[in-house]
Amino acid sequence: MQKISFLTIVFSMLAAGVVMAQENQPEMADIMRTDGKIYVVVLVLATIFAGIIAYLVRIERKINKIEKNK
Amino acid sequence: MRKSWWKVACVVLVLYAIIGGLLMPVPRQHILNETIRNLYFHVPMWFTMILLFTGAFIYAIKYLRTGRLEYDIYSVALTKVGIFFSILGMVTGMEWAKYTWGEPWSNDPKQLGTAVCMLIYFAYLILRGGLNDEEKRAKISSVYNIFAFALMIPLIWVLPRMVDSLHPGNGGNPGFNAYDLDARMRGVFYPAVIGWFLLGLWISTLIIRTELIRYRRDNDFMLTKNKQP
Repeated sequence: MQKISFLTIVFSMLAAGVVMAQENQPEMADIMRTDGKIYVVVLVLATIFAGIIAYLVRIERKINKIEKNK
Repeated sequence: MRKSWWKVACVVLVLYAIIGGLLMPVPRQHILNETIRNLYFHVPMWFTMILLFTGAFIYAIKYLRTGRLEYDIYSVALTKVGIFFSILGMVTGMEWAKYTWGEPWSNDPKQLGTAVCMLIYFAYLILRGGLNDEEKRAKISSVYNIFAFALMIPLIWVLPRMVDSLHPGNGGNPGFNAYDLDARMRGVFYPAVIGWFLLGLWISTLIIRTELIRYRRDNDFMLTKNKQP
């Protein structure tokens, strides 16, 4: 039992060290990497939506042209 | 851009729904967890479908009253886009149900009601596909559209509410009702509904305009053909 508890202490200290190392990294403009990277998903959805709208506008312009040509 | 203010409004509202819907705070609920945000995306599909089918229903009546084929074109386009949104609503609902109810299809009354409703509207397209005469097709399908709309109301709004359902808002499940849908969620949900409805309307107008061009071209052709002899 004692051995196991010793090992767990060592491992937990190692893990804590890793976490500390990560926290000590220099801070950068990391908005896109915070909060579980949810902002990336927001960006992806916004991109898809922008693409769909751009496509609709394009179709609409074409129809406008055809309507004027008659 | 013809009368483009509402198209701008559509883009702004849906973009707001995407960004706000994913980032704004929501109530914490068991089982639902973050999927409560689906309210901003899945439910507007159904609202859009209902509003588009209502438009199609009105134009079906208008066609039968006046006999102008333009109204039939309006009615068909609105129905087609409504069906498109119903498919999106059903698929997103099943994706969500997989992770909350445990399986995508659990024969829930709400699922069954909407599935029957969708089949009725699929049959509308098949009915139209089977008729070649323009006026006969318009007349029969307009009458069918009115029946389909009259069936949609009990299938979606009445029957699922008379029995217990797994769906949020039914049978004591949290969801769309006064005390669960708090002010923060309303602030995103209503703009989302309006935005998605305007998007559906926009797509419908594009279909209507192409079909009108085709219709007028065909009629011009018929006019010139009649003049020749």
